[in-house]
Amino acid sequence: MDGILDLFLWLIFPYIALTIFVLGHAWRYMYDKFGWTSRSSQMYEGDILRWANPMFHFGILAVFLGHVMGLGIPKAWTDAVGVSEGMYHFMAISIGAIAGVFTIVGFIGLVYRRRFTKAVMGATTVMDKIMYLFLGVVILLGLMNTASQVVGEYNYREGVSIWFRSIFYFNPQPELMVGAPLSFQLHAITAIALFALWPFTRLVHVFTAPLGYVFRPYVLYRTRDAHEGSRARRRGWDKVDTIPRRR
Amino acid sequence: MRVMAQMAMVMNLDKCIGCHTCSVTCKQVWTNKSGAEHIWFNNVETRPGQGYPRTYEDQERWKGGWTLNKRGQLKLKAGGRLKNLATIFAAPYLPGIKDYYEPWTYDYENLTTAPAQQNMPVARPKSLLTGENTKVTGSSNWDDDLAGSVEHGHNDPILRKVSDKIKFEYEQAFMFYLPRICEHCLNPSCVASCPTGAIYKREEDGIVLVDQDRCRGWRQCVTGCPYKKMYFNHKTGKVEKCTFCYPRIEVGQPTICSETCVGRLRYLGLMLYDADRVLEAASTPDEHGLYEAQRSVFLDPNDPEVVREALAAGIPEDWIAAARRSPIWALINTYKVALPLHPEYRTMPMVWYIPPLSPVVDAVSETGEDGERQENLFAAIDRLRIPIEYLAELFTAGDTGPVDIVLRKLAAMRSYMRDINMGWETNESIAESVGMTGQEIKDMYRLLAIAKYEERYVIPPAHYEDAHKLENVATECSLDVDGGPGMGGMDVSFAEHPARGGGTAVPDRPEGVRINLLNWDGTGTPDGLFPDSTDASAPSGSVGGP
Ligand code: HEM
Repeated sequence: MDGILDLFLWLIFPYIALTIFVLGHAWRYMYDKFGWTSRSSQMYEGDILRWANPMFHFGILAVFLGHVMGLGIPKAWTDAVGVSEGMYHFMAISIGAIAGVFTIVGFIGLVYRRRFTKAVMGATTVMDKIMYLFLGVVILLGLMNTASQVVGEYNYREGVSIWFRSIFYFNPQPELMVGAPLSFQLHAITAIALFALWPFTRLVHVFTAPLGYVFRPYVLYRTRDAHEGSRARRRGWDKVDTIPRRR
Repeated sequence: MRVMAQMAMVMNLDKCIGCHTCSVTCKQVWTNKSGAEHIWFNNVETRPGQGYPRTYEDQERWKGGWTLNKRGQLKLKAGGRLKNLATIFAAPYLPGIKDYYEPWTYDYENLTTAPAQQNMPVARPKSLLTGENTKVTGSSNWDDDLAGSVEHGHNDPILRKVSDKIKFEYEQAFMFYLPRICEHCLNPSCVASCPTGAIYKREEDGIVLVDQDRCRGWRQCVTGCPYKKMYFNHKTGKVEKCTFCYPRIEVGQPTICSETCVGRLRYLGLMLYDADRVLEAASTPDEHGLYEAQRSVFLDPNDPEVVREALAAGIPEDWIAAARRSPIWALINTYKVALPLHPEYRTMPMVWYIPPLSPVVDAVSETGEDGERQENLFAAIDRLRIPIEYLAELFTAGDTGPVDIVLRKLAAMRSYMRDINMGWETNESIAESVGMTGQEIKDMYRLLAIAKYEERYVIPPAHYEDAHKLENVATECSLDVDGGPGMGGMDVSFAEHPARGGGTAVPDRPEGVRINLLNWDGTGTPDGLFPDSTDASAPSGSVGGP
């Protein structure tokens, strides 16, 4: 191992980012429920969004599932159920490429409309721009990695994936990343940075994906008491005793 | 039987003069902030006309409300749960800002900073979305009166249904105003469309509210509401809607729109209804049956059985008493002159309307005939099919029967009361011709024409057991939440330049200061009325105040 920088990149930084990710979301959820939204811009512009946003989202959700497969599931398991290396490879590349292309085309559409629709541009925050930058770079590098698999001999399931899981076992193996190709390293680092930014961007909307909708009754009732989420009284305002007016 | 109480409203359209006071006061109170420029919890539409947002009633286009599936069950017109989630990334039937209007302001600064020049400097309109010069081409009441009817009248989705024949004659024939707020429906399709479950109906009074902390801005409710009374705030990314001024209702006061209505045409009161029967009523196969179906859901607060069940359901006694005195109950059930707006949307709306007789009266008067004679009016009601078909498309899913009856009752009231006012002999046959007694007509007249404040608004305050909570409402304000108009006690966006965003924080008021306006001599500022600015250079300004 190359010393302190590698240790920082593949051990310390991931843990810092993970901590920010978890605590950041908890903090944001506690103190900024009101800001927790995808901040839809569909009212401003709908024509490009109509195809670009679903493309991006379906793409990125497929990409996410792909990562669950590729990073989360040990090679030994897929071997055990009889998925041959060639088969896995073929699936990963083909599905990954389709999802990746969907994602990137959708992403380009989204960024284009954001830049060139005046109203959408006007509603874009600095945090949005930083987020788009990192997200774009992560997606691009990811797509490059997928493409590199067609010819490349690096098997990430014997390197990056094990390192990734090792973080969560609290038994980190940073040395596995040191040997990975540069594009994999960059993809991982920018992704980790994106995770650290996540709680402070509109990306928080991902964690309130409304899956419960499928199961709940259509019409909801709440008592007046139940939503009594009123804040503590501000200092400096005298309480005035009033009796509700009766007619 | 599951008894629930619902705060409801009736508007008497004959009295609406289209002055927009309700819209303006409502906007001042609730949506006078950036991101909410296009949000009108209350708006007034000239009918015939395309409404606001434009052509919102065209459900083939906007897909609001409920419809029946092949098996006769209710389903959201925009599609079921899975379709709702699948289309969440780009809502297919969402109105764009252009369907409302592009918010704008004026470059007032130019008026004072322009250099000396030959021509008067002007304040040009600037878009609040882009900050650029813009051309103002629409707003919530841009096509008021006849301003829009020539250009846009043909876009009125209702008029398109009514008749091809005499379309271009309608503007001579009739015109009236339709003030609209959220319907606070018994079967709200906005609540049903919300993927998060952030919208709810209050158990106590049926007011439909959006929990601003839980709303995630998936914007499906905007599509779901057929009245388009769910509005997306484009700055906060959350949906806002008419609140029925619940902080006022809770302390027994009428809504802002009602309180400030110049024509005094609004009525507020409770309705008791059987929550178990709502779904069945909303699923009535024949659209023409929906008006009666909804009426059948309401429960008679004078019925001992209903009272027993209501008490068992935890409805306090004074509320039941208020339900008995409710003007809404009287107008919907006793006199049967109020009709729901678009029952065919199957949401069981709870803001009802007394259709206007004035177009008919005007039409008779214009012919030189006596516009208050019963025979003339009845004949005109029979003859003036266009207005009546039109009204029926609004209030009874196209069934002219109930509209006919209501207009006859209103006509009979006019004729009957005219005889009394002129000191002529009363003619009981007028009352009988609409199945009423003279006394009933007089009572209805009292409610509709005299319209005493106490009789228009019968609002039982929220309950005393909850008084400790109400103190919040009365003293602090339950709107003191992020994004609410009470946010931080004062709307910060006032201080904002709308185009630039950002703003100055409102400083806290000094502790322990009481304001005494009674002894204030009117000069200067009483102590403590405004918070001390932390900026030391600001004038400290306290002259009066003992
Ligand atoms: C899993 C459930 C998800 C749902 C229901 C969802 C839903 C939405 C919605 C409704 C919008 C607003 C679109 C608009 O009207 O302007 C949006 C925007 C966005 N979402 Fe998601 N999203 C999900 C997951 C994700 C994921 C996993 C990512 C990326 C990592 C993501 C990234 C974005 C971005 C970048 C935007 C902004 C698009 C733009 O306006 O330029 N979302 N999402």
